[in-house]
Amino acid sequence: MSDGLCLKNLRLALQGRVLFEVNFSVRPGEVQTVMGPSGVGKSTLLAAILGTLGPEFQVTGQIMLNGRDVTHMPPQARRIGLMFQDHLLFPHMSVAQNLAFGLPADAKTRKQVIQEALESIDLKGFEARDPATLSGGQRARVALMRTLLAAPDALLLDEPFSRLDDALKAQMRRLVFSRAQAAKLPILLVTHDPADAEAAGGAVLTLKAR
Amino acid sequence: MSHPKARPLWRIAPVLTVALLVGPVLFGIMWTVLPAIGLWRIGGVPALSLQPFQHLLAHPGLSTSLWMSFKTGVVSTLLAFGLVCVLVAGWQGTRVFFYLERLLSPLLSVPHGAAALGLAFLIAPSGWIVRLMSPWATGWDRPPDVLIPHDPGGWALIFGLLSKEIPFLLLMALAALPQTQAGERRMISLSLGYGRIWGWFLTTLPAFYRQMRLPVFAVLVYGMTNVDMALLLGPTRPPTLAILIVDWMSDPNLARRPQAAAAGVLQFALVLGALALWWCAERLITWIGQRVLALGYRMSGVLDDIGRWFSLAMGTFCATAILAGVLSHVIWSFAGRWRFPHILPDAFRLRTWDRYSADIADVFVFTMTLAAGVALVALVLSLLCLEAENRTGKPMNTTSLWVLYLPLLIPQVTFLPGLQIGLLQLGLGQGVWPVFISHLVFVLPYTFLALSGPYRAWDTRLGVLAASLGAYESRQFLVLRLPMLLKPILVAFAVGCAVSIAQYLPTLLTSGGRVQTLTTEALAVASGGDRRAIGVWSLTLTAAAWAPFGAALVIPALLYRNRRGLRDV
Repeated sequence: MSDGLCLKNLRLALQGRVLFEVNFSVRPGEVQTVMGPSGVGKSTLLAAILGTLGPEFQVTGQIMLNGRDVTHMPPQARRIGLMFQDHLLFPHMSVAQNLAFGLPADAKTRKQVIQEALESIDLKGFEARDPATLSGGQRARVALMRTLLAAPDALLLDEPFSRLDDALKAQMRRLVFSRAQAAKLPILLVTHDPADAEAAGGAVLTLKAR
Repeated sequence: MSHPKARPLWRIAPVLTVALLVGPVLFGIMWTVLPAIGLWRIGGVPALSLQPFQHLLAHPGLSTSLWMSFKTGVVSTLLAFGLVCVLVAGWQGTRVFFYLERLLSPLLSVPHGAAALGLAFLIAPSGWIVRLMSPWATGWDRPPDVLIPHDPGGWALIFGLLSKEIPFLLLMALAALPQTQAGERRMISLSLGYGRIWGWFLTTLPAFYRQMRLPVFAVLVYGMTNVDMALLLGPTRPPTLAILIVDWMSDPNLARRPQAAAAGVLQFALVLGALALWWCAERLITWIGQRVLALGYRMSGVLDDIGRWFSLAMGTFCATAILAGVLSHVIWSFAGRWRFPHILPDAFRLRTWDRYSADIADVFVFTMTLAAGVALVALVLSLLCLEAENRTGKPMNTTSLWVLYLPLLIPQVTFLPGLQIGLLQLGLGQGVWPVFISHLVFVLPYTFLALSGPYRAWDTRLGVLAASLGAYESRQFLVLRLPMLLKPILVAFAVGCAVSIAQYLPTLLTSGGRVQTLTTEALAVASGGDRRAIGVWSLTLTAAAWAPFGAALVIPALLYRNRRGLRDV
C-alpha cells in the first residue's frame, strides 16, 4: 500500500470554495489518467501534487509518495518528474547541459550517463546541439530523458502529446509509457484526448465541474 | 509553497531600495525647508522667519521666471505626450513603428547636455539650418542678429525638451501597450470603420493613459525644473526658476542659500500646482470623452491621414535633430577653419583633440568608473527586488510604484540643495560618496523599470520544470534566470550607466563643484562658447553613454551565437 503515488482525501479550495476532492492511488508502473473539460481544475490538481500552488489555495488531505508524506514539502524535495505539452528545454543550454541539469550532483560518470541516455533515444552525438534546432519529436525525447535522469519517484504528464502530429504521438506514447514502466514509476496523465487515455490503459478519473 | 530557507538577502533588498529612494529625497526636502523658514541659518540663531521668502519675492523678474518654468514644462509635456499618442495610434503594428523602436535606445541615451548643445548649434543664427539656407534663400552672408537659443519666449528650450521627451515617452509606451490589448482594440475599431487615430483614442487611450500617468508626471516635473537643458537653451534674463536656484546655491555669498532654499520650496509648490491643473485637465477630457464616445463619428478620412503623417514628420524631425546635433559635435571636434555660411569646414584637424586629450582621458575614466559602480549597485538591487517579488509571490502595488518614481516626481532643485546643506551639516559635504548616492537615487528607478518587464515576462513554467528536477530557487536564479535574461540585464546596466553619465545637478551640488564628470565639464566648456571644445567634450560624453549599449548588444550575440532560441529574447 505504501508504494506509489497516493492521494488521500485531497481536497482543494480557493478562498473557502471547495474545487474538488480526489482519492486514488497509482502503483509503480501504473497509469492514472485524469480527464475533464477545460477549467475544471486539472492544472490545479497537478500544481497541488507538484507543490507549486499559490498561497490563495487551501489544501487538505495527504499526498503520499512511496510512503513519504510530501503534502507540505517544497517542490524541489518531492522528486516528482514533469512533462509539459511544450517540451520546454532551457534555450541557453546545449542538449547535454539540459540533460545534466536534472542529473543528481553526485552522479560520477555524468558524461557517460548522458551519452548512453542520448543513444537510448536515438539521438547519439547530439550533446552539443542547440535545442532550438531540434525537431518537435527530438525535443520531446530530450525532455523525457531529462525528467528520467533526475531519478524521480513519480511522473506527471500534462498534455504531453497534444502538440505532436499523429504518427509522432503514437511513437511518443509508447516510448514514455515503456520507459516509465521500466523505471517502475507511478504515472499521472492529464489529458483531454481520449486516445491518450486508451493508450495509457490504466484507470480513468473524470473531474466534473461542481 | 513553503520556503525552507528564508534568505535574508532577498528580504533586505526591497527595504534597502526603498530607503535609498526615499531617504535622500526626504533628507533633502527637510534641509531645504529648514533654511527656507529660518530654522537653520549661517552664523545666526535659528528662529522661525519668513525673511528668505521675502527676499525671494523681492527678486526682480521672479514672476517671469515662474511663468517660464511653467510654460516650458507644460507646453513641452503636452506636445510630447500628444505626439507620442498620435504616433502610437497611427503607426503601431506597421513597419515604420518597428524602425522607430530601433531608434529609441541611441536617442534616449544621448545625455541631455550633449543633446542640447547639438540642438543649440542646429538652430543658432550661425547654425546648420541657417547655413543650409544661406545665402541662396535668406540672402544672409553673415549670421543674423537673433537671440536663439536662449530666446525670451523659451521656444528653443521647449524644442529641446520635446526632442528628448518623445523617445522617453515612446519607450514607456512600448512597455504599456501590451497591457492594453492595443492590437485587438485596433482591429475591432478599424473593422467598425473608425480611423486609426480616432479609433485608438476612443478604445485604447483610457487603458494606455492609466499606464502612462507616472511617466508623464515625471516628464512634466523634469520639464518644469530641469537645469542642464534650461542652462543651454532656455531664456536668460530672467531664466527659469531652476536656474535661479542653482545660481544662488553656487553663489560664494552664503547668505543667498536661504533664498535659494525658499525658491526650492516655491518650485515644489509650482510643480504641485501644475500637477493639480493636469489632474483637472484629465477629468475634463474624460468628461468630454464620455460625451463624444458613442456619437459614432469615424474620422477615417483625410484627417486620419493628416494626423498620421504629421506625427511621423514631427517625430522624424526631432530624432533627426538629435542625431544631427551629435554629428555636428563630430564635425566641430575635427574642424579647422569653418566660415559662415559654409555647410562644412574648410579643413579637418586633430588640433582640438590634441589640446584636450589628457584632460578628457582622466575625466572619462572617472565618469565611467562612477557610472559603472552606480549602475552595478542599482542593477543588483533591482534584481534582488524582482527576485523577492518572484519568491514571495506578491507583485508590486501602486504604492511601491509611486515610491519608485518619487525621485523623478520631486523636483531636483527642491531636494538637492537641501541635500547639499544637510550633508555639509553632517560634515560629508565633499567627495565622491555623496555624488555616488545622489546618482544612485536617479539611476535606480530607470534600472528597475528597464529590467522589470523582461524579468516578469520570463516563462515561469521553466521554473516549475527546474523545481521538479530538484533545483531550488537560488539555482534557478543563477543557472536559469540570469543567463537567459543576460541581454535585458546588460541593457538595464547600460541604461543605468547612461543615466549616471548624464547627471548634471546631482554631481554639481553634492560635490560642492569639486567632482568633474564629462557632463559637468561639457557644460562648463559650453559657457566659454568655443564650438570646437564643445564638440570634443560633447562627443566624448555621447560616446561614453552609447558604449555600454553597444556592449549590451554585442556580448549576448557572441555568447549565444549558437543558441537560436535566445535570439529574440
